[in-house]
Amino acid sequence: MAESELKTIARDGLWTNNVGLVQLLGLCPLLAITSSLVNAIGLGLATTFTLVVSSVTISLIRKLVRPEVRIPVFVVVIASTVTVVQLVMNAYFHELYKILGIFIALIVTNCAIIGRAEAFASKQPVLPAFIDALTMGVGFTLVLMALGGMREIIGQGTLFANAHLMFGEAARDLGVTILADYRGFLIAILPPGAFIGLGLLIALKNIIDGRLQARPRKIEEPEAAPASQPV
Amino acid sequence: MDFPTPSSPHLPVPSRVARMMQLLMLALLPGILCAWWVLGWGVLINLLLAGVTAVAAEALVLRLRGRPVLPTLTDFTAPVTGLLLALALPPLAPWWIAVLGTLFAIVLAKHLYGGLGYNPFNPAMIGYVVLLISFPREMTLWVPPASLGGTTLDLVDSLRLVFTGALPPNLGIDALTAATPLDSMKTRLGLSETLSEITSSPLFGNYGGTGWEWINFWFLVGGLVLLYFKVIRWQIPVAMLGTLFLVSGLFHLGDSDQYASPLFHLFSGASMLGAFFIATDPVSAATTTRGRLYFGAGIGLLVYIIRTWGGYPDGVAFAVLLMNMAAPTIDYYTRPRSFGHKG
Repeated sequence: MAESELKTIARDGLWTNNVGLVQLLGLCPLLAITSSLVNAIGLGLATTFTLVVSSVTISLIRKLVRPEVRIPVFVVVIASTVTVVQLVMNAYFHELYKILGIFIALIVTNCAIIGRAEAFASKQPVLPAFIDALTMGVGFTLVLMALGGMREIIGQGTLFANAHLMFGEAARDLGVTILADYRGFLIAILPPGAFIGLGLLIALKNIIDGRLQARPRKIEEPEAAPASQPV
Repeated sequence: MDFPTPSSPHLPVPSRVARMMQLLMLALLPGILCAWWVLGWGVLINLLLAGVTAVAAEALVLRLRGRPVLPTLTDFTAPVTGLLLALALPPLAPWWIAVLGTLFAIVLAKHLYGGLGYNPFNPAMIGYVVLLISFPREMTLWVPPASLGGTTLDLVDSLRLVFTGALPPNLGIDALTAATPLDSMKTRLGLSETLSEITSSPLFGNYGGTGWEWINFWFLVGGLVLLYFKVIRWQIPVAMLGTLFLVSGLFHLGDSDQYASPLFHLFSGASMLGAFFIATDPVSAATTTRGRLYFGAGIGLLVYIIRTWGGYPDGVAFAVLLMNMAAPTIDYYTRPRSFGHKG
């Protein structure tokens, strides 16, 4: 596997084909959980872990699985991974587990995961499947964090509040009050804030993409040109 | 002799939107003056804040979008949005309430959807609802009508309170605020008091709330002026007020100790302002003749439901937004039959 192909896969996962901003998959946890940065990180990491483990497993067994039964097999693999995640979080991050609640179990139904399994992992060797799952997961986590951080600052005036739920007692002081004596702009925490925030993030990505396209490309042009030429 | 032939239209008319909006502002005037008389200087401060913010925000967004600023700005739709929002705000609310709500209304609810003519929701009501669910404390501090003999602030004290939050010496915020009639009605009905006990309080006037019935009356007059000049059509206000009257009348007849009278509903809160000035927004309302009747009736019904069983004392904003959501569907099912076709 050429390195450039792996780079393309990584760029796809992190930016061009981002789960949260472009594919718009997994919106249910994305909108419901991002009321604070810590929640967002917790759910993002759990999703990334599930995505990586299930993608690698499915890529390993891709030749043993008959196409007729692939979807149930994918679901079993994903559900097993999520069960592991759920038990681990219940044991070691109990408070966070209680906050995230049903959304940990609902990672099973996150369409991003079965989407990657069906569209990518079931057709690719282990290394690309691993890279794809990892970058897709990290890309999703970054969107969750951006949205979570934004909503937490606007809604409560804090950032990283309750960090000890995620990183242990030592991180308790990590939370910073950005705006002292802030009344809290409640709508940012409420569901409408999630939709408005996600819309603004997508708009921001489109603006950046537009700027990037308008900029003359110097290095990438020769590489990309041969592929796009009609044969 | 040269006779140039200009292309059509041959009878140029000035922008109808601008004229409509100017008439709308004129028609708001009696209600505004009455609200100022009843509720004090806070009303005018809110109007000024929201109006200026609306124009500034509209100019800014138009520049950002690369659209011509002046032609759009002079159609007066932005200040009208600001004024309607300001009339829904509690007087003496901190200055940033009006500014923030107007910014939300103009930038988010109007321009992010594509500007005038494309917004599916009434911008002023979006601004109001955002404020209502974000700042419940500030948004429920209403001042009592001046005629009740409560403390009223003069212009300087009002300005100081709005901009710095500083109260005049030896006055608590409790001395300045009181429940609105609708709020009081809801709370005390919840305490299982009877209607006659509640309405014997000085907060309640002849049929609506003291002061509020006059504000609503003058908005009704303004609305009739709009009807006379054909700025709005009769269907939405008549359907809305008619439904509100009918439904509240039925419940009042059923149990006159539990359900407020129809006249109380018509002359309280934002009934008249909503019926004539807010629900009739030509962009976000239903557009077919029959559709307008359904649209108005839906708002009337929802207002009664929210006031009587909902969590908020008044429901005009929520009712208008919910029916805005239904307007495309209503339009689809009430398309007029084209001539020569069946059904």
